[in-house]
Amino acid sequence: MPIDILMPALSPTMEQGKLAKWLKAEGDKIKAGDIIAEIETDKATMEVEAVDEGVLAKILVADGTDNVAVNTPIGVIAADGEDASAAASGAKAEAPAPKAAPEPEKAVAEAPASPVPAAGAPSVPAQVKSYDASSEFPAGAEVVSMTVREALRDAMAEEMRRDADVFVMGEEVAEYQGAYKVTQGLLQEFGARRVIDTPITEHGFAGIGVGAALTGLKPIVEFMTFNFAMQAIDHIINSAAKTLYMSGGQMGCPIVFRGPNGAAARVGAQHSHDYAAWYSNVPGLKVVMPYSASDAKGLLKSAIRDPNPIIFLENEILYGRSFDVPKGDDFTIPIGKAKVVRPGTDVTIVSFGIGMTYALGAAEALAKEGIEAEVIDLRTIRPMDIETVIASVQKTNRCVAVEEGFPQSGITAEIGMKIMEAAFDYLDAPVARVTGKDVPMPYAANLEKLALPNIGDVVAAAKAVCYR
Amino acid sequence: MAIAARKTNAGAPAKAAGKTAAKSAAKGLAKAIPNVPTFTRDEELHAYREMLLIRRFEEKAGQMYGMGLIGGFCHLYIGQEAVVIGMQMASKDGDQVITGYRDHGHMLACGMESRGVMAELTGRRGGYSRGKGGSMHMFSREKNFYGGHGIVGAQVSLGAGLGFANWYRQDGRVSMAYFGDGAANQGQVYESFNMAQLWKLPVVFVIENNRYAMGTSVNRASAQTDFSKRGVSFGIPGEQVDGMDVRAVREAASRAIEHARTGKGPYILEMQTYRYRGHSMSDPAKYRSKDEVQRMREEHDPIEQVRGRLTREHKLGEDEFKAIDAKVREIVNDAAEFATHDPEPDVSELWTDILREPAQA
Repeated sequence: MPIDILMPALSPTMEQGKLAKWLKAEGDKIKAGDIIAEIETDKATMEVEAVDEGVLAKILVADGTDNVAVNTPIGVIAADGEDASAAASGAKAEAPAPKAAPEPEKAVAEAPASPVPAAGAPSVPAQVKSYDASSEFPAGAEVVSMTVREALRDAMAEEMRRDADVFVMGEEVAEYQGAYKVTQGLLQEFGARRVIDTPITEHGFAGIGVGAALTGLKPIVEFMTFNFAMQAIDHIINSAAKTLYMSGGQMGCPIVFRGPNGAAARVGAQHSHDYAAWYSNVPGLKVVMPYSASDAKGLLKSAIRDPNPIIFLENEILYGRSFDVPKGDDFTIPIGKAKVVRPGTDVTIVSFGIGMTYALGAAEALAKEGIEAEVIDLRTIRPMDIETVIASVQKTNRCVAVEEGFPQSGITAEIGMKIMEAAFDYLDAPVARVTGKDVPMPYAANLEKLALPNIGDVVAAAKAVCYR
Repeated sequence: MAIAARKTNAGAPAKAAGKTAAKSAAKGLAKAIPNVPTFTRDEELHAYREMLLIRRFEEKAGQMYGMGLIGGFCHLYIGQEAVVIGMQMASKDGDQVITGYRDHGHMLACGMESRGVMAELTGRRGGYSRGKGGSMHMFSREKNFYGGHGIVGAQVSLGAGLGFANWYRQDGRVSMAYFGDGAANQGQVYESFNMAQLWKLPVVFVIENNRYAMGTSVNRASAQTDFSKRGVSFGIPGEQVDGMDVRAVREAASRAIEHARTGKGPYILEMQTYRYRGHSMSDPAKYRSKDEVQRMREEHDPIEQVRGRLTREHKLGEDEFKAIDAKVREIVNDAAEFATHDPEPDVSELWTDILREPAQA
């Protein structure tokens, strides 16, 4: 069978080009890989290589022809031993290669279940059920008071005892016992192979952690602060978050990136950034940001057991705060579930992480003025348990969202939009937000205080949405 | 810089002969290896078949790109075949491979199916990533191929991480991290070199120096163009290897892999090679002369070298070559046929493989 040589495309967008020059003449022998012609567009020149061998039986499009459409036969190769002249006369252009068999039209696949109506559809709010966190922490369970720091340490130690594939790596996690003492005692218990001090090279060790996770190990990568994870964000996003999808489900990446995030005290703009919104934006990641010690412990244990890349955002100021934590090493909190921390009827206040201090403080102040706020701790930013928020808003009809991060494209912006999509008809006032100010964090004590949210801001916002 | 068979031991634990070799390399004096390793007839045949499969596969991919069946970017490995085949001939089952975006050859060399690779190039459901990865993002857990990475240099840290996993598990495996002369200038490469040597990770860093980082020649981008020396400050031994001679590649690879497998840490191999095609399909390659390309093809082609030895030394006849060529062509044509007619992914695939379900506790 004679074989057509088709006009190639330089790019998927090219539709036609000039056949600049034939480098072979009719009757020439051709080997696979031989350059047989040159084509040109206004942008580039490309050589046409033969893929088959034989004899160039006929040139169908002459040198210098402009506007040759892609996939037009430009010549004919006769196979070895075939009669070239017969081939030339007998050859006729074949249709361009067939495209894939078209799929029967289907509606675009459903997004994961959500109370949100399809875009463009009118908001038809249904009663949504709130997550019941009471079973996580049953009344009468034996508790012990511990700091967030100790809770995080215990979570890691328990999971490392449970699974030999879990290890911790990061700067100063071993000999120094943790820059913030979160990894205290781990080296002594688990040894240097499982508690690994790294050089100060976040990009490199994040990549090494991800590579190890691709083989099935379960690294906990500690960043001294998430500000430094900016050096490593390429591996977090491009290598960890996307590989499962890009590999068609073959390559999971069970890894936890954890460390303090957001403002501490007087450490300036480069050490105070809250990255919740950044990681929240990325499919393929889960983002957890606990407030209490029990949530920190239960969620970190779940994160270590989770087969996906997890961003676990801690807070330096919260490390030293004490909370009641259930005893025992089987205590976990599910990722992706919010918690109603304080029930109320008049206004919903949603926050997470250290933002909870402002939310809870405001709820107490508001109670003294006769406003009963329902306070929700999101605990997980992604996937966000918006159902629990919506269920509350359906009851209170008002909402204030609180975060320390910047306002534009922030988590509170997302909460406001989600409420509008799912519960617009329930709102008696626009959703309000209280955020960090839209400035790099200043160093001066008075300016830093001004840049961060406070209880008064939240009280004022709650009163505003209650029209009081 | 001509591609010459020369080697140097740049690392600290240099052998007796290593010192002088390093010295001569430093002066830029090419030193021919007196005894180029020989292959048996079966080894030559194996190398010939494997390299030819990559060559024909890539030619077909180029053709299908030209026909609009392959979208996006498509980086062909033509000219560099001896590197990955020689490396694979020295590796063991279980050793891992990771590379950048010029990855089709590595996948075939790892034993991945031509059909699955080509169908991924055409974005079809039978592709290795079910059509969701494309040319630069393909993986096979079964064949220990860890991608296929589109971010220049990322595979070096990830490859060190594969080596880390082997070190952690003490399972005797070695990871091979391939990257180009362009990626060799990325910062994370040196962070990884440092940690790999510090912890003695079993990883071989294979620098495929094809002389051009996209359109920028090595001399215009690199202050130190002897890439085998890039690990010197970390004490990682390195060699320059004639990457067009599959025998030299396997010989060096055996040394490097043995070094890594026996707990001595990482090893750097600079493979001096050449890509015949542009950086990607849309590259007109105006930055180099046609003569340069032609000379490499005529004088150093890795496949022609083996073919010549098979003819001269092993008396392989024209009919036998024809039979091999026909077999390879059949595999490639079958892959192209499959990749052309396989359906696109089901629309439900849009929402799969984003996260895994946690196991129930």
